[in-house]
Amino acid sequence: MEPWEEEESPEVVKRFMYVNRRAPYGTIYALECLEVVLIAAAFDQDVSVVFVDDGVYQLKKNQDTTAIGMKNFSKTYRALDDYDVEKIYVEKESLERRGLTADDLIIPVEVVAAANLREIMAQQDVVISS
Amino acid sequence: MKFGILVNEGPFTHQASDSAYRFAAAAIEKGHQVSRVFFYNDGVYNSNRLSEPQSDDRNLIALWSELARANKIDLVVCIAAALRRGIKEQILQEGFRISGLGQLVEAGIQNDRLVVFGD
Repeated sequence: MEPWEEEESPEVVKRFMYVNRRAPYGTIYALECLEVVLIAAAFDQDVSVVFVDDGVYQLKKNQDTTAIGMKNFSKTYRALDDYDVEKIYVEKESLERRGLTADDLIIPVEVVAAANLREIMAQQDVVISS
Repeated sequence: MKFGILVNEGPFTHQASDSAYRFAAAAIEKGHQVSRVFFYNDGVYNSNRLSEPQSDDRNLIALWSELARANKIDLVVCIAAALRRGIKEQILQEGFRISGLGQLVEAGIQNDRLVVFGD
Protein backbone atom coordinates (compact mmCIF):
# COMPACT_ATOMS: atom_id res chain seq x y z
CA MET A 1 0.00 0.00 0.00
CA GLU A 2 1.33 3.45 -0.93
CA PRO A 3 1.54 6.02 1.90
CA TRP A 4 -1.19 8.18 0.36
CA GLU A 5 -3.49 5.18 0.39
CA GLU A 6 -3.15 4.82 4.12
CA GLU A 7 -6.48 5.26 5.77
CA GLU A 8 -7.16 6.95 9.07
CA SER A 9 -7.93 4.63 11.95
CA PRO A 10 -10.88 2.64 10.65
CA GLU A 11 -14.23 3.48 12.18
CA VAL A 12 -15.91 0.62 13.96
CA VAL A 13 -18.91 -0.63 12.02
CA LYS A 14 -21.13 -3.00 13.94
CA ARG A 15 -24.22 -4.86 12.89
CA PHE A 16 -27.25 -3.49 14.74
CA MET A 17 -30.59 -5.26 14.51
CA TYR A 18 -33.82 -3.82 15.84
CA VAL A 19 -36.54 -6.40 16.45
CA ASN A 20 -40.18 -5.34 16.61
CA ARG A 21 -42.43 -7.92 18.25
CA ARG A 22 -45.51 -5.92 19.22
CA ALA A 23 -48.58 -4.42 17.59
CA PRO A 24 -48.24 -0.71 16.69
CA TYR A 25 -50.80 0.47 19.23
CA GLY A 26 -51.71 -0.70 22.73
CA THR A 27 -48.17 -0.11 23.98
CA ILE A 28 -45.56 2.50 23.08
CA TYR A 29 -42.84 0.02 22.12
CA ALA A 30 -43.36 0.18 18.34
CA LEU A 31 -43.28 3.99 18.20
CA GLU A 32 -40.26 4.32 20.48
CA CYS A 33 -38.37 1.60 18.62
CA LEU A 34 -38.95 3.45 15.36
CA GLU A 35 -37.53 6.59 16.99
CA VAL A 36 -34.38 4.64 17.89
CA VAL A 37 -33.97 3.27 14.37
CA LEU A 38 -34.25 6.72 12.78
CA ILE A 39 -31.54 8.06 15.10
CA ALA A 40 -29.37 4.96 14.72
CA ALA A 41 -29.44 5.34 10.94
CA ALA A 42 -27.33 8.50 11.28
CA PHE A 43 -24.43 6.58 12.83
CA ASP A 44 -23.01 4.84 9.75
CA GLN A 45 -23.53 1.41 11.26
CA ASP A 46 -24.96 -1.65 9.53
CA VAL A 47 -28.63 -1.38 10.50
CA SER A 48 -31.40 -3.91 9.97
CA VAL A 49 -34.99 -3.89 11.18
CA VAL A 50 -37.06 -6.99 11.84
CA PHE A 51 -40.80 -7.45 12.26
CA VAL A 52 -42.05 -10.65 13.90
CA ASP A 53 -45.14 -11.82 15.78
CA ASP A 54 -47.70 -8.97 16.14
CA GLY A 55 -44.87 -6.62 15.10
CA VAL A 56 -45.82 -7.32 11.48
CA TYR A 57 -49.00 -5.25 12.05
CA GLN A 58 -46.79 -2.16 12.39
CA LEU A 59 -46.34 -2.24 8.61
CA LYS A 60 -49.97 -2.93 7.70
CA LYS A 61 -51.36 -0.67 4.97
CA ASN A 62 -54.40 1.56 5.54
CA GLN A 63 -54.17 1.95 9.28
CA ASP A 64 -56.85 4.18 10.79
CA THR A 65 -56.31 5.24 14.40
CA THR A 66 -59.14 7.78 14.59
CA ALA A 67 -61.20 5.70 17.01
CA ILE A 68 -58.40 5.28 19.56
CA GLY A 69 -57.19 8.89 19.45
CA MET A 70 -53.57 7.93 18.73
CA LYS A 71 -51.30 9.35 16.07
CA ASN A 72 -51.05 7.06 13.03
CA PHE A 73 -47.28 6.86 12.62
CA SER A 74 -47.27 4.06 10.04
CA LYS A 75 -46.27 6.41 7.21
CA THR A 76 -43.04 7.17 9.06
CA TYR A 77 -41.76 3.69 8.11
CA ARG A 78 -41.55 5.03 4.55
CA ALA A 79 -38.78 7.33 5.80
CA LEU A 80 -36.55 4.33 6.51
CA ASP A 81 -35.58 4.28 2.84
CA ASP A 82 -34.58 7.98 2.97
CA TYR A 83 -32.39 7.15 5.96
CA ASP A 84 -30.70 4.36 3.96
CA VAL A 85 -32.15 1.64 6.15
CA GLU A 86 -32.58 -0.99 3.48
CA LYS A 87 -32.45 -4.27 5.37
CA ILE A 88 -36.02 -4.73 6.47
CA TYR A 89 -36.98 -8.30 7.30
CA VAL A 90 -40.45 -9.65 8.00
CA GLU A 91 -40.85 -13.17 9.32
CA LYS A 92 -42.79 -15.32 6.86
CA GLU A 93 -44.54 -17.42 9.50
CA SER A 94 -45.74 -14.36 11.41
CA LEU A 95 -47.31 -12.94 8.23
CA GLU A 96 -48.96 -16.24 7.29
CA ARG A 97 -50.44 -16.84 10.74
CA ARG A 98 -52.13 -13.46 10.49
CA GLY A 99 -53.43 -13.96 6.96
CA LEU A 100 -51.12 -11.28 5.55
CA THR A 101 -48.76 -11.12 2.58
CA ALA A 102 -46.05 -8.64 1.57
CA ASP A 103 -48.71 -6.86 -0.54
CA ASP A 104 -50.51 -5.83 2.65
CA LEU A 105 -47.47 -3.89 3.87
CA ILE A 106 -46.81 -0.17 3.54
CA ILE A 107 -43.15 -0.57 2.43
CA PRO A 108 -41.20 -3.16 0.42
CA VAL A 109 -39.64 -5.76 2.70
CA GLU A 110 -37.71 -8.98 2.53
CA VAL A 111 -39.91 -11.84 3.72
CA VAL A 112 -37.74 -14.49 5.39
CA ALA A 113 -38.51 -17.83 7.01
CA ALA A 114 -37.88 -18.15 10.75
CA ALA A 115 -34.92 -20.46 10.17
CA ASN A 116 -33.20 -17.91 7.90
CA LEU A 117 -34.02 -15.07 10.26
CA ARG A 118 -32.34 -17.02 13.04
CA GLU A 119 -29.14 -17.15 10.98
CA ILE A 120 -29.25 -13.43 10.18
CA MET A 121 -29.83 -12.71 13.86
CA ALA A 122 -26.85 -14.84 14.89
CA GLN A 123 -24.60 -12.67 12.68
CA GLN A 124 -25.44 -9.44 14.54
CA ASP A 125 -23.25 -7.61 17.05
CA VAL A 126 -26.13 -5.84 18.78
CA VAL A 127 -29.76 -6.96 18.88
CA ILE A 128 -32.28 -4.58 20.43
CA SER A 129 -35.70 -6.09 20.84
CA SER A 130 -38.96 -4.50 21.91
CA MET B 1 -15.43 -7.66 29.28
CA LYS B 2 -16.99 -4.22 28.77
CA PHE B 3 -20.78 -4.05 29.03
CA GLY B 4 -23.39 -1.53 28.05
CA ILE B 5 -26.89 -2.05 29.44
CA LEU B 6 -30.28 -0.98 28.11
CA VAL B 7 -33.18 -0.77 30.59
CA ASN B 8 -36.64 -0.51 29.01
CA GLU B 9 -38.96 -0.76 32.02
CA GLY B 10 -39.66 1.29 35.13
CA PRO B 11 -38.65 0.19 38.63
CA PHE B 12 -42.08 -0.86 39.90
CA THR B 13 -44.32 -2.54 37.29
CA HIS B 14 -41.68 -4.91 35.88
CA GLN B 15 -38.70 -6.80 37.22
CA ALA B 16 -36.52 -5.85 34.23
CA SER B 17 -34.79 -2.98 35.99
CA ASP B 18 -34.05 -5.12 39.08
CA SER B 19 -32.58 -7.80 36.82
CA ALA B 20 -30.47 -5.20 35.02
CA TYR B 21 -29.21 -3.82 38.34
CA ARG B 22 -28.32 -7.28 39.63
CA PHE B 23 -26.62 -8.15 36.34
CA ALA B 24 -24.55 -4.96 36.49
CA ALA B 25 -23.55 -5.53 40.12
CA ALA B 26 -22.65 -9.18 39.45
CA ALA B 27 -20.62 -8.32 36.35
CA ILE B 28 -18.62 -5.71 38.28
CA GLU B 29 -18.16 -8.16 41.17
CA LYS B 30 -16.64 -10.62 38.67
CA GLY B 31 -14.17 -8.02 37.45
CA HIS B 32 -16.01 -6.87 34.32
CA GLN B 33 -16.72 -3.25 33.47
CA VAL B 34 -20.11 -1.62 33.01
CA SER B 35 -19.49 1.64 31.20
CA ARG B 36 -23.01 2.91 30.61
CA VAL B 37 -26.64 2.13 31.44
CA PHE B 38 -29.14 3.66 29.04
CA PHE B 39 -32.74 4.11 30.21
CA TYR B 40 -35.45 4.05 27.55
CA ASN B 41 -39.23 3.56 27.33
CA ASP B 42 -40.60 3.53 30.91
CA GLY B 43 -37.03 2.81 32.00
CA VAL B 44 -36.61 6.58 32.35
CA TYR B 45 -38.63 6.35 35.60
CA ASN B 46 -35.57 4.76 37.23
CA SER B 47 -34.10 8.26 37.45
CA ASN B 48 -36.98 10.00 39.28
CA ARG B 49 -35.72 11.05 42.71
CA LEU B 50 -39.25 12.03 43.72
CA SER B 51 -40.15 8.32 43.87
CA GLU B 52 -40.86 7.17 47.40
CA PRO B 53 -41.03 3.38 47.65
CA GLN B 54 -42.36 2.07 50.96
CA SER B 55 -39.70 1.80 53.65
CA ASP B 56 -39.56 -2.03 53.51
CA ASP B 57 -39.16 -2.03 49.70
CA ARG B 58 -35.83 -1.75 47.87
CA ASN B 59 -35.18 1.70 46.39
CA LEU B 60 -33.85 0.95 42.94
CA ILE B 61 -33.49 4.63 42.05
CA ALA B 62 -31.05 5.08 44.95
CA LEU B 63 -29.36 1.73 44.26
CA TRP B 64 -28.56 2.69 40.64
CA SER B 65 -27.16 5.97 41.87
CA GLU B 66 -24.90 4.29 44.46
CA LEU B 67 -23.70 1.63 42.03
CA ALA B 68 -22.86 4.31 39.48
CA ARG B 69 -20.96 6.45 41.96
CA ALA B 70 -18.90 3.53 43.26
CA ASN B 71 -18.05 2.20 39.80
CA LYS B 72 -18.08 5.27 37.55
CA ILE B 73 -21.05 4.11 35.48
CA ASP B 74 -22.60 6.61 33.10
CA LEU B 75 -26.38 6.56 33.74
CA VAL B 76 -28.09 8.09 30.71
CA VAL B 77 -31.80 8.86 30.44
CA CYS B 78 -33.23 9.27 26.93
CA ILE B 79 -34.44 12.83 26.45
CA ALA B 80 -37.32 12.03 24.08
CA ALA B 81 -38.66 9.25 26.32
CA ALA B 82 -38.12 11.40 29.44
CA LEU B 83 -39.87 14.52 28.18
CA ARG B 84 -43.13 12.76 27.33
CA ARG B 85 -43.09 11.18 30.82
CA GLY B 86 -42.34 14.37 32.74
CA ILE B 87 -38.80 13.39 33.72
CA LYS B 88 -36.68 16.55 33.78
CA GLU B 89 -33.31 17.76 35.11
CA GLN B 90 -34.96 19.15 38.26
CA ILE B 91 -36.13 15.73 39.43
CA LEU B 92 -33.13 13.61 38.38
CA GLN B 93 -31.52 11.39 40.99
CA GLU B 94 -27.81 12.12 41.49
CA GLY B 95 -25.64 10.24 39.00
CA PHE B 96 -28.17 10.30 36.15
CA ARG B 97 -27.98 12.61 33.15
CA ILE B 98 -30.37 13.30 30.28
CA SER B 99 -29.10 12.90 26.73
CA GLY B 100 -30.05 11.65 23.29
CA LEU B 101 -30.59 8.25 21.72
CA GLY B 102 -27.16 8.55 20.13
CA GLN B 103 -25.77 7.56 23.52
CA LEU B 104 -27.52 4.19 23.18
CA VAL B 105 -26.03 3.57 19.73
CA GLU B 106 -22.64 4.64 21.05
CA ALA B 107 -22.99 2.15 23.93
CA GLY B 108 -23.58 -0.55 21.31
CA ILE B 109 -20.51 0.49 19.34
CA GLN B 110 -18.07 0.99 22.21
CA ASN B 111 -18.83 -2.02 24.41
CA ASP B 112 -18.16 -5.71 23.87
CA ARG B 113 -21.81 -6.46 24.65
CA LEU B 114 -25.02 -4.48 24.90
CA VAL B 115 -27.44 -6.34 27.16
CA VAL B 116 -31.13 -5.44 26.92
CA PHE B 117 -33.54 -5.74 29.86
CA GLY B 118 -37.22 -5.31 29.09
CA ASP B 119 -40.61 -6.90 28.93
